[in-house]
Amino acid sequence: MALLTINGVAHVVDAPDDTRLLWVIREGLRLTGTKFGCGAGLCGSCTVHVDGEAMRSCQLTLSDVAGARITTIEGLDPKGQHPLQKAWVAEQVPQCGYCQSGQIMQAAALLNANPNPGDDEIVDAMNGNICRCQAYVRIKKAIKRAAMEA
Amino acid sequence: MTQRIDRDGFSRRDFLIGSAAAGAGLVMGFSVLPKLAGTARDALAAGNFEPSLFITMEPSGITTVHITKAEMGQHVGTALAQSVAEELEVDWNDVRIDYPDSHEKWGLMITGGSWSVNWTFDALSRAGASGRIALVEAGAAMLGVAADECSAADSTVAHGPSGRSVTYAEIVSSGDISRAFTEDELKALPLKRFGEYKLVGQSVPQLDIPAKTDGSARFGIDVFVPNMLYGKLVMPPTRYGAMPQSVDDSAARSIDGYVKTLLVADSTGVQKGYAIAIGETYWAADAAAAAVDVTWDAGPNAGVSTATILGRARELAGNPDAGFAWVLEGDAEAGLSDAAETHEAEYITNLTYHGVMEPMNCVAMMQDGVMHCFTGNQWQTRCAAVTAEAIGVDPANVVIHQQYLGGGFGRRLEPDAMIPAALAAKEMDRPVKLVYSREYDLKYDFHRSLTFQRVRGGVDASGRYTAVDHTVCSGWATKRQAPGFLAESVDKKGRIDPFSMNGSDFWYTVPNHSVRAIENDVAQAATPPGQLRSVAPSWTMWANECFMDEMAKKIGKDPVQMRVDMLDATGKNAGTPPNSVGGAFRLRNILETAAGKAGWGVKPLPENTGMGIAAVTAQERGSPTWTCAVAEVHVDPDTHTPSVKKLTIAMDVGTAVNPDGCKAQIEGSAMWGVSHALLEKATMADGQIEQGNFDTYLVARMENVPEMDIVLVQNGHYPAGTGEPVVTVVPAAIANAIEAASGARVREMPITPDSIKSALADA
Repeated sequence: MALLTINGVAHVVDAPDDTRLLWVIREGLRLTGTKFGCGAGLCGSCTVHVDGEAMRSCQLTLSDVAGARITTIEGLDPKGQHPLQKAWVAEQVPQCGYCQSGQIMQAAALLNANPNPGDDEIVDAMNGNICRCQAYVRIKKAIKRAAMEA
Repeated sequence: MTQRIDRDGFSRRDFLIGSAAAGAGLVMGFSVLPKLAGTARDALAAGNFEPSLFITMEPSGITTVHITKAEMGQHVGTALAQSVAEELEVDWNDVRIDYPDSHEKWGLMITGGSWSVNWTFDALSRAGASGRIALVEAGAAMLGVAADECSAADSTVAHGPSGRSVTYAEIVSSGDISRAFTEDELKALPLKRFGEYKLVGQSVPQLDIPAKTDGSARFGIDVFVPNMLYGKLVMPPTRYGAMPQSVDDSAARSIDGYVKTLLVADSTGVQKGYAIAIGETYWAADAAAAAVDVTWDAGPNAGVSTATILGRARELAGNPDAGFAWVLEGDAEAGLSDAAETHEAEYITNLTYHGVMEPMNCVAMMQDGVMHCFTGNQWQTRCAAVTAEAIGVDPANVVIHQQYLGGGFGRRLEPDAMIPAALAAKEMDRPVKLVYSREYDLKYDFHRSLTFQRVRGGVDASGRYTAVDHTVCSGWATKRQAPGFLAESVDKKGRIDPFSMNGSDFWYTVPNHSVRAIENDVAQAATPPGQLRSVAPSWTMWANECFMDEMAKKIGKDPVQMRVDMLDATGKNAGTPPNSVGGAFRLRNILETAAGKAGWGVKPLPENTGMGIAAVTAQERGSPTWTCAVAEVHVDPDTHTPSVKKLTIAMDVGTAVNPDGCKAQIEGSAMWGVSHALLEKATMADGQIEQGNFDTYLVARMENVPEMDIVLVQNGHYPAGTGEPVVTVVPAAIANAIEAASGARVREMPITPDSIKSALADA
């Protein structure tokens, strides 16, 4: 049993303490916007915010996040209109779309820490997030647009 | 592909437009009946109206185009709906799309080959036009005027002389339409031409994108059904041929929620058999799959390695009796002996992995004798049939409920996740959700086969080919997937996989040209080959476009000029309407466009930097997309690390239905080319794939993105596919640029600092 606060809502979860946060979010709480990509912290598809920091939920156990404030893509903005989400539509970023929750959550943490990142800073922050459709050109453009419009 | 697959069957059917019931909306689609009996409404009432492509218009005027193509990032639904709406004259704001379940009434359900728009644009346009005519006729009747005095636009039928009008919503609400068009009538419908379009050619926002920014888009992995168990596959010792013998699950029994481990055989041969750990929760099944101890018979491929596969390829290619002819024109040997200069080279591409970001998965649920499979799939017709065979039911009793695909790229042409999910659901008598681990997904991919090619060529004194003799040895994905699609060889000695050969029948004029297709039987058995985005041209174009550059260098001719001289559009290269009208001249034009845009021979380049060019006509000779890339690459003189600085890409697409969508496909596929050229490689040892995750199997990341300059040429010809061709053109352009930058000619993909270093040492 663990108590998790996700998107401001408290959940009691019946899973062993060493269960990975990703699977509890997805299969336990059915917040499926957070995606499984690699299970090894190598692709970024499962990125969520833990106390405001972008982290790989496939690498965190329930005990790691006890008492933490967790935000998933569903909780990034109440109406799905975060500046990054608007920029993602404006730049027509997603192709298959599967990795995009992780991309957006990673980018949101970047903009929180650095509201006006340069090209190299964007690459540094985003290089851990794989997009197999290779929509990187537009991901970069959308981050810049969101930074400008925020 | 030279042999056309029987596609969607549009042409053999009548097109029907009928009110579903008074005020209940309008349905439009192709009849399944060869001949229409009675009126469209009669057919509908009798249940004979099972349309293979249908459009529904609600009384509110909301129009839904039902998309039977898989949505895997190409935004296909938007482009297909645009094609319909253009002629239907429906307000784009009233258009919706959805993705129906699999059913035989849809005809062949397959998405791949950059075919979707190319194959269906004409049929969709005619469907839209006939719908518009029916609405205009009904609207005119409501207004009490002659139909030929009326026109339609923005979901409204207007009577010119009186200025009166009636909306589509009002017409549909009246529920009084029954209209049929015969095949001949459909064919005779006048369609708009390039320059007259309002919606085709507009970069309207893609309809699937908003849901992909807030986590609400539902992929296969996001499906839940009541009372569901979870299944996790235990990793066998070999990629193909392993069979579980027994299981010791004592270590799993203490896992809360562990149910049991199933050992099941697969009668279809997709695998031999599975060990599936079943749990009440995902984490129970996952932990159990790691804890159980399964004893396997590793099967006959346990000794196979990458070296074995390559050795077999060399052996076969060296045997003049192996394989069958794909191209046989003139006398290549005579042409070679007459040549002023000759060259010979061997090219290798390694096993590559689809790497869809959504690992393969399926939720399988048996209900009233029907197996319901919730998943994202590219080839429902095949996958439903194979899954049915695995569980012993009629193909009609497997229904695929289509979800968004978290990457397709050819991976989801395969039924492999559906089969163990369905077997487990049947065995457990409860629904089962089965999700591959990334490791399982990587090792049990249907990889792009390792390929080995030998090219021999000769040129005359002017630098034109006198002969090209080309041997292609690879696994044959089609032989495994759908043997019926194998093509008879031109020497009539056997059947070959056209999807392992496309692209080698290029558009350069060569008087003596022979191409031989050889199946690598070792690769076929140990590494079941699949179709990977851009398919055969990803290796045939790589070989031919590198070879062209090598020959140009050898005779001291400019590589652009050499290509232009042979793109003379004579003989079979003159082209045929609609797909290849203009022929090789269109490739010449696009080559010169790209060269000009990149500053070929003009732009000053920094030290250790070179420019390379390549031109392709992927995918198939019958449906070329004329494409050229110029790569600017720097090679570090100390570390030999290649870095792509800029890609200039020009593509003649004829007509772009959604230009921004085309551009997105070009950007992504250009990066696929970079990724293939420099990073991606899987290897086999002891019958198993050695890599397990993205730390050992490398794919391009944001740091690998070069500057890109994309030129999309539209000249009003028939729409060509844009999803794949650039994958095939970029690697050769990069290899050619690397030689220009460093002097190293590397003939194996991926090109690495080590391979550049060895090439320099050998030079």
